[in-house]
Amino acid sequence: MDMSEEVLHQAAPGVIPGSGTARAAKPARLSPSVISWLQAGPMMLVFVAFFLIPLVFVVIVSFWDYNEYQLLPAFSGRGYTDTFEGCIDKLPELCTIGRTYVMTLKLCFMVWAITLFIGFWVAYFLAFHVKSKTWQMGLSLLCTIPFWTSNVIRMIAWIPLLGRNGLVNSGLVKTGLVNQPLEWLLFSEFSVVLALVHLFTFFMVVPIFNSMVRIDKSLIEAAYDAGATGFQTLVNVIIPLAKPGIVIGSIFVITIVMGDFITIGVMGGQQIAAAGKIIETRVNALQFPAAAANAVILLIITFLIITMMSRIVDIKKEL
Amino acid sequence: MTEKTRTTGVSRRTLLKSTAGLAGLAAGSGAITGFPYVMSAEPKVLRYLGTAVNEGDDISKQCLKDTGIKIEYITATTDDVTKRVMTQPNSFDVLDTEYFSLKKIVPSGNILALDSKKIKEFDNITPVFTKGETPGGKKIGGQGTAPWKVLYLEGKDSKTFSKTPTEFVTLIPTVYNADTLGIRPDLIKRPISSWSELLNPEFKGKASILNIPSIGIMDAAMVVEASGKYKYADKGNMTKEEIDLTMKVMTEAKKAGQFRAFWKDFNESVNLMASGETVIQSMWSPAVTKVRSMGIPCTFQPLKEGYRSWASGFCVSKGVSGAKLDWAYEFVNWFLSGYAGAYLNRQGYYSAVLSTAKANMEPYEWAYWMEGKPAEKDIKAPDGSLLEKAGAVRDGGSYEDRMGGVACWNAVMDENDYMVRKWNEFIAA
Repeated sequence: MDMSEEVLHQAAPGVIPGSGTARAAKPARLSPSVISWLQAGPMMLVFVAFFLIPLVFVVIVSFWDYNEYQLLPAFSGRGYTDTFEGCIDKLPELCTIGRTYVMTLKLCFMVWAITLFIGFWVAYFLAFHVKSKTWQMGLSLLCTIPFWTSNVIRMIAWIPLLGRNGLVNSGLVKTGLVNQPLEWLLFSEFSVVLALVHLFTFFMVVPIFNSMVRIDKSLIEAAYDAGATGFQTLVNVIIPLAKPGIVIGSIFVITIVMGDFITIGVMGGQQIAAAGKIIETRVNALQFPAAAANAVILLIITFLIITMMSRIVDIKKEL
Repeated sequence: MTEKTRTTGVSRRTLLKSTAGLAGLAAGSGAITGFPYVMSAEPKVLRYLGTAVNEGDDISKQCLKDTGIKIEYITATTDDVTKRVMTQPNSFDVLDTEYFSLKKIVPSGNILALDSKKIKEFDNITPVFTKGETPGGKKIGGQGTAPWKVLYLEGKDSKTFSKTPTEFVTLIPTVYNADTLGIRPDLIKRPISSWSELLNPEFKGKASILNIPSIGIMDAAMVVEASGKYKYADKGNMTKEEIDLTMKVMTEAKKAGQFRAFWKDFNESVNLMASGETVIQSMWSPAVTKVRSMGIPCTFQPLKEGYRSWASGFCVSKGVSGAKLDWAYEFVNWFLSGYAGAYLNRQGYYSAVLSTAKANMEPYEWAYWMEGKPAEKDIKAPDGSLLEKAGAVRDGGSYEDRMGGVACWNAVMDENDYMVRKWNEFIAA
C-alpha cells in the first residue's frame, strides 16, 4: 500500500520531466494509466480466471446436447426449450419455470424489504447513537453471530424452535393463545423468509452503516439549525446520503436469495420451488446442459434486477 | 451409528483428503506420468469413492490389519458419486456405487469389467443377485434396475449388459436392503399395512417422501398401485404417460397439504420422525434404528405390496492396472470374507455373501437379524451401543421374508430426463 502510494505521488502530478534524471535509478516513471492497470490487475486476473472463463463455459455448455451419461458438444437449444416447456400452450396457467420464478421473486422481495428495514435501523443505531468507535466495532461484530455456525446446523436448529412440538408452539398452546400448534411456523414461506432474514440482514447492515458513518455530522446539524424535524432530516439528508449503502446491501441480498436453494430447501421442507433448486436437480441427474441453461436464465434475470437498481443510484459516482 | 449411515455432502475433511489424494496421485503415480517407479516402495493404498453406507472406520482399520491395504475414503452422496465417476474417473481406484447407477456409468466406459474368477466367494454370492431369488427359492420382484439385469457384461470392453452370466462382472455386490415406510406407531395408534396410507388424508401434513426424484417416484408409484389407481408394467421404467399420471396424483396430494416436508438426507429423515413433524414417511432402515435408539417408538413397517430394494457394491476405475488392480481384487475379496459382512448385517443391512458373514456373527445375532427370531440377548450395534433389548423381533422378520417381499428396485428410467422435468414441476406446483 505504502509503496504504491509513493509511486502514485511520484507519477501523478504531471510527472515533471527532468525530475526523473535526478533519480534515474528508480524505474518509477510509469504513466498513471499503467499504474492503475497494475493496481487493478491482480483482481482482474482472478476475476477473469475464476469468474469470466467459467461463465463463458457455462454459456457454451448451455447450448450443448446431452444423454444419460455425457455431454454431446453439438449445438442444441434443448436445455432452453425444455426449460420453457408448456409456457405457451399452458396459458393462462403458469409453466414450471414461470411459477418457480414468481415464487423466487416473491421470496426475494419479501426478504429484501425486511432486511432493508431492519438493516437500515440497525445501521442507523450504530452510526448515530453509538458514540465510541470500539462499541461500534463490537456491536457490528455481534451481527455476525448467525455466521458462527455452519449453514446446516443453523437451519436444523429452527426445528426444535418452530416445529409442531417446538418451543414457540408449546409456549403458545400453554398460554392458551392457540388451541392447536401452528403448522405454518415451519416448512412454509414464513420459515423460509425468517431464516433468510436472520442470515442476510448482516449484508444490509454493513454497507448502510459504512455509508452512514461517512455522512458529515455538520450536515445534520445544519438541517437541525434550519428547523428540520427529525423525520425531515432522515428523509432529506440521511436516506439520500445512505443510498449507495442501501443499493450495495440490496444487491448483496438479492443476488444471494435469487440463487439460494439450500435454505429454501431445508426451511421450505423441499416443497417450495426455487430457481437454484431446478439447477441442482438437473445437475444431480447429470443433465449439465439443462442445468447450465437454467443458470444462464437465472443470471440474466438477476442481472436485469441489478441493472434496474443501479439505474436508481449511480454507485460509481457515489463511491 | 451416524458415521456408518448415509450422509449427504462431502465433509471438509474428506474433501481435503480427497484433493490431497488427487494431488498426490498427480505427483506420484507412475501410471499417469508414465515414469517407472519401484513397486515395493509403494504403500498399498486404495482410494475408495462411495456413499457413507460401507465406509466405517472399523472396516478400514480391520482391512489394514488383515491385508495391509490402506483405504482412503472419499465420501459423497449417491448423485455426487456418479457425477465424479463421469467427470473425474482418475480420482478414485475403487468405486462403491448402486446398481441403478450402472445404466449411466457403464456406457461412459469409466469402469473396468471385473473377472469373476478372481473373486473367491463369487459362487457364494447370494442368489438374490445372480438369479433374482432368495436362498429359500422365493422369486424376487424384478421391476426397476434389478441387479441381475446389469450384473454381467458381454465382453471385457463391452458396454452392453449381458442377459446371461459371463465372467465379466460390472459390480461385485456387497450390501443391500429392502426399504419401506417408517411410521410412528405411538402417534398413528392403528395398524398400517399398505403403501396407500402414505396419501391417506388422515395423515395430512404429517407425511413425507424422499426428494431424490428417481427414488421418490418409485415410492409414489407404490402408493398409486396400492390405492388401485393404476397398475404399472414396470415401476422402474415408466412411460411418459405413466410419469404424468404418477406426478398428477402426487401433485394433488401436495396441493392438499399432505406432505410436511420432503427429505434428502439421512439426518433430515431422522429429525422429521423423531420430532413428530411426520408420522409416516419413506425411510431407510438405519434411520429407523436411530430414531428408536433415541427412545422414540418407530417401526420400519412391512407392507403388503412389498419393499423397494437397493443394492450396492464395488467397481474398479478404468485407470487402475498392474499391482493396484491386484490390491483392488484383494480388497474386494477381503470385503466378502466375513468381517465387513457381519458388520453390515449388524447395522440392519444385508451382506452379499451370507456364509462368511454368518461365521463372523454370534448365533443369537444371526437369529435376530437374519432369521427374524426374537433376540435371545440384547442386540448391539457394531460400536457397542444398545439397539434392541432381549425379546425384540426385527421389523419385517427374516431375510427370506424381507428380501422375498421385494417388489421393485431403485432405478434409472429410460425417460429419466422427462421425469426430472416433471419432478421440478411437482416441486413448483
